[in-house]
Amino acid sequence: MQKTRIKLNFTIPLWLAVIFAFFLLFDDFASPINIVSQQTGNARQKDIQVPPPPLTEGIFPCSECHAEMETNPEPRELVDFHDDIEFTHDEKNRWCLDCHDADNRDMLHSAGGEPIDFKESYKLCGQCHGPKLRDWRAGIHGRRTGNWNGQKQYLLCAHCHDPHSPKYKSMKPEPPPKKPGNTK
Amino acid sequence: MSIKKTFFSPEKLNRRSFLKTAAMTSSAALFSASVSKEARAAFLKTNFKSMSKDDISKTIQRLEAQYTAQYGKKFSVSAKEPLPETFFAYGLDISRCIGCRRCVYACVEENNQSRDPQIHWIQVLEMDKEKGIDFLHSDLYYDHETVPHEGHFYVPVHCQHCKNPPCVKSCPVEATWIEPDGIVVVDYDWCIGCRTCMAACPYGARYFNWGKSQLPDEEINPQTHYLGNRPRPKGVVEKCTFCIQRVREGRYPACVEACPVGARKFGNLLDKDSEIRYILENKRVLILKEELNTQPKFFYFYGT
Repeated sequence: MQKTRIKLNFTIPLWLAVIFAFFLLFDDFASPINIVSQQTGNARQKDIQVPPPPLTEGIFPCSECHAEMETNPEPRELVDFHDDIEFTHDEKNRWCLDCHDADNRDMLHSAGGEPIDFKESYKLCGQCHGPKLRDWRAGIHGRRTGNWNGQKQYLLCAHCHDPHSPKYKSMKPEPPPKKPGNTK
Repeated sequence: MSIKKTFFSPEKLNRRSFLKTAAMTSSAALFSASVSKEARAAFLKTNFKSMSKDDISKTIQRLEAQYTAQYGKKFSVSAKEPLPETFFAYGLDISRCIGCRRCVYACVEENNQSRDPQIHWIQVLEMDKEKGIDFLHSDLYYDHETVPHEGHFYVPVHCQHCKNPPCVKSCPVEATWIEPDGIVVVDYDWCIGCRTCMAACPYGARYFNWGKSQLPDEEINPQTHYLGNRPRPKGVVEKCTFCIQRVREGRYPACVEACPVGARKFGNLLDKDSEIRYILENKRVLILKEELNTQPKFFYFYGT
């Protein structure tokens, strides 16, 4: 009698383990639909990867030079430095310090004055370009690479649009197709 | 008159029946003896749709060996089945496309399209903004210094993966069909090259291999799918497959990733959170030649 009880004590947890393992396996195989919809839907934000911002080499961090300099808050045309920047982004109404932060030189700031990291510059752009930000978040505005049902890579606004002159630059097209007629 | 009677009764054995029998036996002997095992298997192969799992895996092995020997690169030919609960659709933002043709050449490389004679699955049409979408006055061969060209916009056209495809209906041998995930595919080994589908397609999206396809060895893509980008023989029809070898692995098609302006979108119509559903629900969408009731799963939209 005792012997069988001992035997039972071993077999029941074993069976439970087998059933549990089977359940895990079964669950994994039977519900790829859930996994797919989770990846594109609920887990959308966490599956999005964004590359580092395209800062001009040798320019960042800004504080390296600006920490020693006094801030001149007067809007003016820059002559000695940064004069290579072509500024055509509502240039009549705004200038550097509307986006770049004067107190923390390595940050941007929103219209309300809250600091914004260069890595999250889309928050700054989105203040004026709200519908574009909405479409960008949904994956409609801008280039996407990776998986249509999983992890994907986004680009920041600044990767395609120079923030100082944001119109998309025209480019040389690839060669046209050959006209038919001389097939071998 | 039965065959048996003609051929084998001695009183009927004349010159004609003798020659007939001789020709039949010798051709059967030739076929079984002189032709290699591979060639025989290729000849006796049936339509991909009616092949058993076992047949498919044998065919895949044969093709992999053949391509690996032919191109000197380890080839993989997949026959991956559709993912469950997927029905693919494509979105193209004509307010963004700048006509740079990056997609055309990304497609050529990904899908092993013949370089000479040249085959392009994507045709980028330049249209006059004043005329709107007007195929009659569109230009496929534009060659500007830079694009977009003043006063013009661009409409890339490739297979629209219709839900009601005239090409599939017109094929006399059922060598082309719609897969359960919505991709219109061709079995290149079953196609007889009659080009009826090309005449039937209102989008000019099917292309014929007039010559032996020329593929530079170093540029060949060895990751292939049976119904997708595996090398095509001369004399068959081919077309865009939404990059079946990529999308069934969960990846974006090559053209989507190549587009520098992000005008190309792709996703699962059955997933309410997908990019394509967002487009259909929030953007102005149009399909080409709507009046033909082809029901394309290729949606042009205005992102602005």
